[in-house]
Amino acid sequence: MTATVEAAPRGGARRTSPKPAKRGPGAARRHLTPWMMLAPGIILFALFMAAPILYTFVLSFQSEVVQGLGLGSGARTREFVGFDNYLASLSDPEFLASVGRVLLYGLILVPTMLGLALLFALLLDARRTGAKGFSRVSIFLPYAVPAVISSLLWGFLYLPAVSPFYWIFERLGWDVPSMLSPGLVVFAIANIGLWGGVGFNMIVMYTSLKAVPSEIYEAARIDGASEVQIAWRIKVPIIMPALVMTALFSMIATLQVFAEPTTLRPLTNSLSTSWSPLMLVYRDAFTRDDIYSAAATSVIIALATFAISFIFLRVVQRRAFGQED
Amino acid sequence: MRAAFRTGAVATLAAAALIMTGCSADTGSEGTADDPIELTYWAWAPNLDKVVDLWNDEHPEIQVTVNKQDGGDPAITKLLTAIKAGSGAPDLIQAEYQKIPTLVSSDALADLSDAGASDLADQFSDGTWDSVTLGGDAVYAIPQDTGPMMFFYRDDIFQQLGLSVPTTWDEYAAVARALHAADPSKYLGTFSANDAGWFAGLAQQAKSEWWSIDGEAWGVGIDEEPTQRVAEYWGGLVQEGVIDNKPMYTPEWNAGLNDGTQVGWLGAVWGPGVLSGNAADTAGLWKAATLPTWGGDASNGNWGGSSTAVTSQSKNVEAAVEFATWLNTDPDAVQALVTETGIYPASTDAAASSLTEAPEFFSNQADFYDVAADAAASVAPFQYGPNVNVAFSAYNDEFAKAAEAKTVDAFLAAVTAMQQVTVDDLESSGFTVAD
Repeated sequence: MTATVEAAPRGGARRTSPKPAKRGPGAARRHLTPWMMLAPGIILFALFMAAPILYTFVLSFQSEVVQGLGLGSGARTREFVGFDNYLASLSDPEFLASVGRVLLYGLILVPTMLGLALLFALLLDARRTGAKGFSRVSIFLPYAVPAVISSLLWGFLYLPAVSPFYWIFERLGWDVPSMLSPGLVVFAIANIGLWGGVGFNMIVMYTSLKAVPSEIYEAARIDGASEVQIAWRIKVPIIMPALVMTALFSMIATLQVFAEPTTLRPLTNSLSTSWSPLMLVYRDAFTRDDIYSAAATSVIIALATFAISFIFLRVVQRRAFGQED
Repeated sequence: MRAAFRTGAVATLAAAALIMTGCSADTGSEGTADDPIELTYWAWAPNLDKVVDLWNDEHPEIQVTVNKQDGGDPAITKLLTAIKAGSGAPDLIQAEYQKIPTLVSSDALADLSDAGASDLADQFSDGTWDSVTLGGDAVYAIPQDTGPMMFFYRDDIFQQLGLSVPTTWDEYAAVARALHAADPSKYLGTFSANDAGWFAGLAQQAKSEWWSIDGEAWGVGIDEEPTQRVAEYWGGLVQEGVIDNKPMYTPEWNAGLNDGTQVGWLGAVWGPGVLSGNAADTAGLWKAATLPTWGGDASNGNWGGSSTAVTSQSKNVEAAVEFATWLNTDPDAVQALVTETGIYPASTDAAASSLTEAPEFFSNQADFYDVAADAAASVAPFQYGPNVNVAFSAYNDEFAKAAEAKTVDAFLAAVTAMQQVTVDDLESSGFTVAD
């Protein structure tokens, strides 16, 4: 990329002007060109990514303090409070409980979702599978439904009074507990994530399976390997990078679960406004109007996400790609 | 490469343009037909723009543009963000009464007393006027509508089962038991942990003082006898299983209103709109009554209701007050509000003259608005505080647990927790809190 950027004007200049370019302005332009190319990216990144992140950091060390009754203008002042917001967040039992719930949610969701995605990808890739196009699209389709919409759809299916499933259960005389009861609600939310996420992860895995040269399979078949053996011994190890990547993305998405529980919350007594860490941040920032502690909690979540991603990659890379080095 | 560069440049320009549009200047304080004062108005009441059109036709010198909002909470969140940012707030905003102390303490509202709003006091009931003045000399908004609570019930089912309309909470409990015993699928109502405003209305009826101003300090009285009494009452009915524990405004609740398993609803005067929207097929089967009372003591609570406030960023406070006064007190404007947006006007005179015919959904009850006027007349005073949002979200979380636990003890514990969260929040923000 950088090479082409620098080479292009030099070649162009030689072709259009017969005499050699003067050293001064030409050299300056040569130095400026890559920066001009990069400028849009840098400016947009600075304005819409770096600046808000920096501002979040600044906010997280501040707090708004009110005097007396707090009515009228000038009753509120902003103060620097050091790490108070961070200490308050980390010692908040609600925050710790929300982290615990999300870990449980992740333990349910990530292995199930990736397992199903891998199974579907391998089935689609198998030689004798028919109607591949249709199956691929129909497994992928739920991913195209926004999380809020899918949560509303599932919300209807979970409510016994309006759900066709519960209507059938009742006709069969089964006493099925509501999916939105306190003990089951985490499965209800994981199920929505599963429904939406399997298709996307399957496509990623399937695409990397398609990139495997078919000679490898032919060689394996000549050696007498069965389809199952080919899948388990050849395909899975070859697409390991795709599996690692989907696992990482799924874990990050798990930590950031927000839309599903927020959409389901009005339907049930089982979900609090601080069910997941991001819901807690949203509540603090917009319901309680305390953007300062919300900023601190956001920074903690971001750092935790970085740390988990980093540790995961270190551990997995050593095991999965160890033999390649 | 060239193309990529150009796209990048365009994107940069677009980004710059986005930032520039944030700061446009307002000029002029005296409007004329050629150069009118432009006012923006954030509101969520349906069809409000049609009422505002009447004003715009008559007043070429002050032109108001309604900017439709999603609802009470999002509009306030947006306003507070604009106030923090220093620009971007509208001139006028529809503000629910419980939001006013929060807005005042964030310095988001202009004091309208100098712009002639103080003269409007006698147009409104004392309780309503108190909620826009916070009991002081300043006027922070002009009342638009109120939501006196009412009891809606399925008249056909009541007659079929020979039930009489409860006038006290003891009778309500007895009817709830009798109804549930006659048909275990039916409930007289539900305890909704999702609607803090609903519970606040019930507590207001019991003469609770959730917040109070005590000199230079805020008092918080949630965990006191009146609210404890209300919580204990509902906890008892939920524990017995004669009152449902599911939230309102869910597809399940709507289905219950339609199929007759939810036989009653403690709603407010705007209830006909909700019922006709959620259970259109049951039109003509419902009747409205005043809320059951605590031992015959005629008292009521409000659920909802809103006012028109002028923001502290408005450069045309006087024009805004002129418009807001017209909107909420002029007989033609109030009549249009009633027919177009379906509100119950706060202005007492205008309410009496504009509300003559029962809403369509209650066409079987000619005296609907007489009942509503009774309900409105007995509303007890109620002071909201600067952190209603915190108390309300604590209500959602704590009472959700209690409704799921279905015990009186859990309901009382929820009241205590609400008090704790509310006081802790006030203290950690630096407010002076009275002991």
